[in-house]
Amino acid sequence: MKIPQRFERYVCIALLLGLWELVCASGLVNPIRVPSPHRIVLALVELFSRGLPVGHLLHRHCLESLMRVGCGFLAALAAGLPLGLVLGRSERLRNLCTPVIELFRPIPPLAWIPLAILWFGIGLKSAAFIIFLGCFFPIVLNTVSGVLTVDRTLIDAARVCGADDRRIFTRVLLPAAWPGVCTGMRIGLGIGWMTLVAAEFTGVKSGYGLGYMIMTARDIQRPDYVLAGMAMIGVVGFGLDMLLQKLQQRIIAIRKPSAA
Amino acid sequence: MALIISDLYKSFPREDTGETPVLNDISLTIDAGSFVTIIGPSGCGKSTLLRLIAGLSLPTRGTIELNGNPISGACDKTGFVFQNYALFPWLNVINNIAFPLAMKSVPKRERTMQAHEYVKRFGLCGFEKNYPAELSGGMQQRVAIARSLIDNTEVLLMDEPFGALDSQTRSQMQQFLLSVWQETHRTVLFITHNIDEAVFLGQRVICLTQRPARVGDDIRIEAPYPRDVTSDEFNVYRRAVLKFLDREHAEGMRDMVPC
Repeated sequence: MKIPQRFERYVCIALLLGLWELVCASGLVNPIRVPSPHRIVLALVELFSRGLPVGHLLHRHCLESLMRVGCGFLAALAAGLPLGLVLGRSERLRNLCTPVIELFRPIPPLAWIPLAILWFGIGLKSAAFIIFLGCFFPIVLNTVSGVLTVDRTLIDAARVCGADDRRIFTRVLLPAAWPGVCTGMRIGLGIGWMTLVAAEFTGVKSGYGLGYMIMTARDIQRPDYVLAGMAMIGVVGFGLDMLLQKLQQRIIAIRKPSAA
Repeated sequence: MALIISDLYKSFPREDTGETPVLNDISLTIDAGSFVTIIGPSGCGKSTLLRLIAGLSLPTRGTIELNGNPISGACDKTGFVFQNYALFPWLNVINNIAFPLAMKSVPKRERTMQAHEYVKRFGLCGFEKNYPAELSGGMQQRVAIARSLIDNTEVLLMDEPFGALDSQTRSQMQQFLLSVWQETHRTVLFITHNIDEAVFLGQRVICLTQRPARVGDDIRIEAPYPRDVTSDEFNVYRRAVLKFLDREHAEGMRDMVPC
């Protein structure tokens, strides 16, 4: 059988879902504990229309979660990008700061949850702080390596063109390091999104959030809702990464010779 | 009005011996508006000399004066053209050319207009919005030369600018550079390791010795432009430069330590 190339990527997913559906239909597993794919789709429809808790619709959960991730991510970008640029430029500062960074980096963001609750209480600040920690280190480290790969002659060229130190930062180092920065943002956003559910375990005041919704689904023993929430996290995370990837490709495309 | 280099000495720090001398007491007077080529064995310190004049690095001893003012850092009187073009990959042709003006906060309209003048003169029409990676080597180097001239620089420092070009493009670019020089009357200091290029372009060919570099020879090329590379006169100059370089290479070989 010949499959057009653009559909190739969906073949495995379709096979997997089909197999899953078959196993559920065969009665080998308890359909309440392991809901079949079509049950999950139905659950998604219910979550969008009726909501969980009732009235709390799925798209609002998504938006609220995106806002938390957005806050944490933007804070990490605002702090990590300038720090990465400075560290990439100065070997001395790099030597001074690297041990601190390497010491904090291996601590999983989740290990900060108790402290986050003690410091910031329950709510947006705690969640954003956890996500911030997840995004921050990839952004810093990739920005540093981005700056380190900048061609030295470009800096010389800017200097003979009359650029002062500030402009060398903004007009040369930042754009030259941009591919590295993008990689950092992609990895950072990925990790940030992954820590979301755990960050929302710290509790939410607003009653919205994908992690919060999943916890609620567990409390009322609805694995189909849990899986629907997980699927949503997967889809949105995938979408976010696609968005950043597009941005990155756009920026890199102008630097590469065209096919002509 | 001239570029005056006096007793220039430059060394780089080294861990075992303390320092590696690169330039040794170089003194030169370059007349304003002249075209001077600098040639020497590879690794002799030609680029270091040019970087010092550009103010990209500072001499260990000695001074460089332009129009009576000592050079103590990158200044807007000198333009620099690098061998690998060193264009900013994220800027299009217009913005690359106008970069020095942007650094002086010249209004965007004004600098775009000036850059357009160079696009026209330098045969880059139709490529204004293209990025460096989309241009041929010769075009990239024309953009780089335009960038180094736009700020009304007096001295053009060129570090093997045509080294990466194929021989036909190279010879086109040599003639192009000569015409730019004759139109604009800038001082040009041009580094090359190609004897033909040095003799074809320069009113003076300055030959540097093995490292630490001294001025080994200073050959004046009296032949008028445009020069005929097949003439007997041209060969006489070539022979003189070649002889010098051969001697220097022999010196270099003597220093080689057998295993």
